[in-house]
Amino acid sequence: MYRIMKAENLVESIYLMEVEAPLIAKSCKPGQFVIAKIDERGERIPLTICDYNREKGLITIVFQVVGASTYRMAGLKAGDAFRDFTGPLGQPSEFTAEPLEELKKKKLLFVAGGVGTAPVYPQVKWLKERGIEADVIVGAKTKDILILEEQMKEVAGNLYVTTDDGSYQRKGMVTEVIKDLIENEGRHYDVCIAIGPMIMMKFVCLLTKGYDLKTIVSLNPIMVDGTGMCGACRVSVGGKTKFACVDGPEFDGHLVDFDGAMKRQQLYKTEEGRAYLKAKEGDTHSGGCELDQKGGDR
Amino acid sequence: MDVLKKVPVREQEPKERARNFEEVCYGYNEAEATEEAGRCLNCKNAKCIEGCPVAINIPAFIHEVKEGNMEEASRIISEASALPAVCGRVCPQESQCEGRCIRGIKGEPVSIGKLERFVADYAREHGIKPKVNVPKNGKKVAVIGSGPAGLTCAGDLAKMGYEVTVFEALHEPGGVLVYGIPEFRLPKQAVVAKEIENVKALGVRIETNVIIGRSVTVDELKEQYDAIFIGSGAGLPRFMGIPGENLNGVYSANEYLTRSNLMKAFDENYDTPINPGKKVAVVGGGNVAMDAARTALRLGAEVTIVYRRSEEELPARVEEVHHAKEEGIQFMLLTNPTEILADENNQVRGMTCIRMELGEPDESGRRSPVEIPGSEFELSVDTVIMALGTSPNPLISSTTEGLTVNRRGCIVADEEFGQTALKGVFAGGDAVTGAATVILAMGAGKAAAKGIDRYLSEN
Repeated sequence: MYRIMKAENLVESIYLMEVEAPLIAKSCKPGQFVIAKIDERGERIPLTICDYNREKGLITIVFQVVGASTYRMAGLKAGDAFRDFTGPLGQPSEFTAEPLEELKKKKLLFVAGGVGTAPVYPQVKWLKERGIEADVIVGAKTKDILILEEQMKEVAGNLYVTTDDGSYQRKGMVTEVIKDLIENEGRHYDVCIAIGPMIMMKFVCLLTKGYDLKTIVSLNPIMVDGTGMCGACRVSVGGKTKFACVDGPEFDGHLVDFDGAMKRQQLYKTEEGRAYLKAKEGDTHSGGCELDQKGGDR
Repeated sequence: MDVLKKVPVREQEPKERARNFEEVCYGYNEAEATEEAGRCLNCKNAKCIEGCPVAINIPAFIHEVKEGNMEEASRIISEASALPAVCGRVCPQESQCEGRCIRGIKGEPVSIGKLERFVADYAREHGIKPKVNVPKNGKKVAVIGSGPAGLTCAGDLAKMGYEVTVFEALHEPGGVLVYGIPEFRLPKQAVVAKEIENVKALGVRIETNVIIGRSVTVDELKEQYDAIFIGSGAGLPRFMGIPGENLNGVYSANEYLTRSNLMKAFDENYDTPINPGKKVAVVGGGNVAMDAARTALRLGAEVTIVYRRSEEELPARVEEVHHAKEEGIQFMLLTNPTEILADENNQVRGMTCIRMELGEPDESGRRSPVEIPGSEFELSVDTVIMALGTSPNPLISSTTEGLTVNRRGCIVADEEFGQTALKGVFAGGDAVTGAATVILAMGAGKAAAKGIDRYLSEN
């Protein structure tokens, strides 16, 4: 059993948890993820690692309720436990393997959307701990669902917050901020790392391609085992089929077939939605409702 | 009684079982087992033992069954095998022990597999457990993977006095016995879990949710253990590389089976979903293809197996093909898919196939299939399951310096003792051979246990 040390409802349907998992906390790196299973009948749920404490053996996860399993997860409190919690899975972010001297010469831009802010945080923090300050753009639909702003402020070089409806700081999409920084403020970046809803990553990539700015994205396809066994997470990158769980989850965004990936993500939409409603409404649910799937859990 | 024929085994009616996940074969009862045991000639120079990858003393255990000494029969089997209830159900006996049986020269061979299963089930139902009380020798061995190779290696080492810890990446131990082979062929709680309990009763510790190569590396294990066995299997599914393979409704057999077996998607009390499909094509002709097809059938689909060679070349066990046909699975032989077709929602709506004919024998000795030009046709299906085989997962080989792999990604290890290129590191099972059978993996686990014992005795 893996004990939950802290459980917090950040905003609306987004939750943060600290889970006791010493082996993972000892070996994980930014960019990797874990798989959690609530109990015997639960699904294996892939979740990005938002933070880790090697000394205390803790892993922080942030997730959004998008289906039956994440809904059940949201009901867990501090002191409860996951039956299973495994990782770290996937490849660490590319920059963590670069020689520090080389990395220090580079200017990095992070673009985080919605619950995608969570996996961006440990990357920016990792860099800060090594004396590298990266610029970070965080986008949210509206002020009320913005997460991790304070934490991000502490580790980012410049932090730019934007809301779709203009309810807080800048108004508009993250792509407009990128455009503004590069075209109006004359910023130069060597690498862009964009993590958020698939549609956001797609449009960031379309834009950065025009600037010839290398862009890394983190994909969150459907997975079962997370170790390369099922192939459910396959995605086309540069015309080749890759498994997001072992080859990724981070890929060169300019090579990713986003349209194909988005279609695959819809695969269990109605089924997941029905299961969610069943869990939420018990016997009274009528079924068949579709849910907003733009979520953070993979 | 016709001594030339096997005592028939009772099975669930095909029509009935096609709609449930209960075990197909009921196995022998005591009277049937005793009668079948009476058919054994008790050969002095027993060929059947040579045909068994773990060399069970077959005539000896059958003799005890004939005499009604089931506990002794069980003890004899457990000397060689840690998983008899599993092997009695899933071994390809026709090409191993039973294939060598002298009875089989004229008439049917002795039903060795069903007798092994009977003894194992009898032992389990009567609480007979292998007795071991070996003093610990103070040496520690790490076993990676809790499938047939790992469990066998761990069990054998524990019996020799080693302190063994098994690391499993998934949340349940058992490897392919749990995620791959379906409930109706190998019951999980009643059979697999119990055999794993028996291995644990030998003093073996099993740690689930530990991914070697990620949570901990082989190099880190080397600091804590005197020797390491890698039995991580062949978990990476292959695809054909034809257009449309990433459409919704195309699965690897691994995914389809993992959802149903490991995650129990067939049971509505479990959260993991599965879209079983209404008209399903399973591409491939091995045991995994049969398992996937029969699972889809039980989930309510109409199922066709599409295989590029003829019936004679089907690599699946004869019994599985027979059961599949009885249950109503259609076989479309000498046929190969060329493209999977999508509807407007990116969902599978059909599959273009081409007819094949058999040409010259290839390197495997089987006649290789050749396309018949202009014979393309469209098969109307909504789900395609690819059961084309699997390759070893590179997670361990890519994170362990000095471990050599061949061009197929299989770890290089010698056959006699499982020794790899790294000192103190042994390997066996599908991780070395590529996808094969449960019993061959068990044989390799056994060989490596000997190799590890030899290595640690010398050092």
